[in-house]
Amino acid sequence: MSLSELLRMLVYVVGVMAFVGLNAAYLVLAERKGAGRFQRRPGPTEVGYAGWLQPVADGVKLLCKQLIVPPGADAALFRLAPLLVMIPAMMSLAVIPFSETLVGRNINVGLVFVFAFGAINVMAVMLSGWASRNKYAIISAARVVSQDVAYEIPMLLVVITMLMATGTMNLHEIVQQQAGWFWHWNLFRLDLNPLMPVTFIIFFTCMLAETNRAPFDMAEAESELVAGAFTEYAGMGFGVFFMAEYANIVVGCAMTTLLFLGGWQSPFGVGSGVIWFLLKMYAVVFTVIWVRWTFPRTQFYNLLNLSWKILIPLSLFTLILTAVMMKVLRA
Amino acid sequence: MSPEFSQYIPIGMLIVIAIAFSAGLLVMSTLMGQKGRRPAIKDTAYECGMLPITPAHGRFSVKFYVVAMLFVLFDIEVVFLYPWAVVFKSLLKDPQTGPLIFTSMLTFIGILFVGFIYALKKGAFDWGTRAKQ
Repeated sequence: MSLSELLRMLVYVVGVMAFVGLNAAYLVLAERKGAGRFQRRPGPTEVGYAGWLQPVADGVKLLCKQLIVPPGADAALFRLAPLLVMIPAMMSLAVIPFSETLVGRNINVGLVFVFAFGAINVMAVMLSGWASRNKYAIISAARVVSQDVAYEIPMLLVVITMLMATGTMNLHEIVQQQAGWFWHWNLFRLDLNPLMPVTFIIFFTCMLAETNRAPFDMAEAESELVAGAFTEYAGMGFGVFFMAEYANIVVGCAMTTLLFLGGWQSPFGVGSGVIWFLLKMYAVVFTVIWVRWTFPRTQFYNLLNLSWKILIPLSLFTLILTAVMMKVLRA
Repeated sequence: MSPEFSQYIPIGMLIVIAIAFSAGLLVMSTLMGQKGRRPAIKDTAYECGMLPITPAHGRFSVKFYVVAMLFVLFDIEVVFLYPWAVVFKSLLKDPQTGPLIFTSMLTFIGILFVGFIYALKKGAFDWGTRAKQ
């Protein structure tokens, strides 16, 4: 490991931090603007030109709030939870390739790395809910854990279906296999698995559930649970959870882009680059926001039933179907 | 130091910086935040303005534990599937290993699926209405 390599990594890490911070700040604004437009109102307009400085104002406000750790709470765990929710999201971005060369670390187990760090999220919400010693928080924590674990299984099964076709866990190679026109993207590779679009929908649904987004936002069901697991958090403690939510959305959408939409590959065969990756990723992010303001929140029981009774059998079926297809076609 | 290990050094570096970043935000908030009064009412758990009644950590339905156990089961299945999925394509081409890698994992998934059907019929995933009857 040379010094220049370490230096490059340091620069990249600072870049990732800036990327996470800017995304968190401006996706909140985008969400509020989007929400406004979907409901025929302008959204935030006061701070700066057309509300463009709203995230700065929000950030300063959160920083200046009094940080309160409730005396009834488990102080150490209460402080640890925001860290545990933020760190995995940033770690995942280290192995996600933005383009052919723009990647923090191109490791062979990139795919597992992202999902392994993503799984820590559940524990962070559990910790915050448990340590708060608040009824809303603990109910929310229990819901989030059962929701996230239920949706993790179909998600991973779908990813395994993809893995069988790609034969590698290296994210870089997975994208390279999708080079060419847009029908080479995994989403349209019906020869690998005729149910590929279904696979994509399962993955997207699970991604929404894993990031606790509406219609599956049991972590923060405002009308039922105030602010859910984050009820007792004040100031930046809450701010970090908020940032992490958007960072996780970015990671989830980036994974969707890499696995199904061809990553940085251009849809027309020429001119691939980071711009295509960002375009596709933000299109998925917009869909996530769109879904939130279109569908009402599901009932908790329906949510679990959807995963255990529909998505898991369906994803197992696609997995077996892919295995059989590959066997028949190659025999 | 082996190259397998040294490729993870930047990852370790990133963990340290990520911790510093998120901890720094909280520390900054502590430094810049208001040092307002802390009356006793501010320190009580929030329950929509009412004083909290009954302990916060109540009892939970056993359903949550059943689902958690089933998750562990399926998660282990997925862990076994990962290495299988990666080598599936290359081993399938080989006529010697092809049938083995195909049938063995299908048997494994088949057995697990029978277990899944059993849990389903037992009502492990029935929440709410049907469980009450």
